[in-house]
Amino acid sequence: MIIEVNGEKRQLDQPQVLAEAITHWGYQCALIAVAHNDEFVPRSRYAATPLQDGDRLEIVAPMQGG
Amino acid sequence: MTTPNWEIGGRALGSRLLLGTARYPSLAVLQQAIQASGAAIVTVSLRRESASGRAGSQFWSLIKEMGVQVLPNTAGCKTVKEALTTAEMAREVFETAWLKLEVIGDDYTLQPHPFLLVEAAEELCRRGFEVFPYTTEDLVVAERLIQAGCKILMPWGAPIGSGQGLNNPYALRTLRARYPEISLIVDAGIGKPSHALQAMEMGYDGVLVNTAVARATDPVQMGRAFGLAVAAGRLAYLAGAMLAQDMAEPSTPVTGTPFWHSSPQEPTK
Repeated sequence: MIIEVNGEKRQLDQPQVLAEAITHWGYQCALIAVAHNDEFVPRSRYAATPLQDGDRLEIVAPMQGG
Repeated sequence: MTTPNWEIGGRALGSRLLLGTARYPSLAVLQQAIQASGAAIVTVSLRRESASGRAGSQFWSLIKEMGVQVLPNTAGCKTVKEALTTAEMAREVFETAWLKLEVIGDDYTLQPHPFLLVEAAEELCRRGFEVFPYTTEDLVVAERLIQAGCKILMPWGAPIGSGQGLNNPYALRTLRARYPEISLIVDAGIGKPSHALQAMEMGYDGVLVNTAVARATDPVQMGRAFGLAVAAGRLAYLAGAMLAQDMAEPSTPVTGTPFWHSSPQEPTK
């Protein structure tokens, strides 16, 4: 299935929850926050958020800002 | 400048300067500029993170190390939904309920969208955020933001990054006069320390600066200059400025001056 991550299409072989996908893509050690289909997902919900084909994820991290 | 003398968002801070962290030549210069400015609050943001890149983590470690209060922004948001989701993500990552709320209504001037800003502020106040709304100098929008629950307002001086200073001093003075109990911070458009000083002399509670420091030839020295200007402006406000008048009034006592005349003289040839 295809998941759009930060505007780029990514392949996921099997249905999985957000926590697994984050690890699969190598984000597990990073300080990040996630929005799933434009909705904020708290860290505590990663393991309970199933991903479906066509879902959109925003994965963000701290950055300089004004 | 380190003695806490300013109560904002439930915290006591030692400086009324808020410093943006973007556009510096390097992280080292950013760190030195923050230190030199004495700023106790710095703004931060969120950006898309690639799985391989860890650009944000080095920056964030540096900021945490410095022990300054962070104020996350919702820069780039154009809808209420985007602003709310970004706010929630920022609260989790930065572990603070403080939020500089930006909802932009025009790409060229980056002017805040007044209606969407009010709508987003209402919801974020309800969700327990300490909302610092980036707004225009409009009095009625300010009123609506206060009704929404904001205790802090951040009117622009001029468009973000323009360095024009205070484009509408009359409206900024009006806001100060109308809302003596609200914390007012001039955000955006400040180009020189004199602009910051002008805002502080008007009785503004603080000033937020980014580009003017980051893009100075020497950001560290400019950071220091802004810190001094903000402190000087605050002192001047507290001290109470004299009233301006059209005609001169001799500062040196007149009585007993050599060649003294009791009435104004015609110019001599």
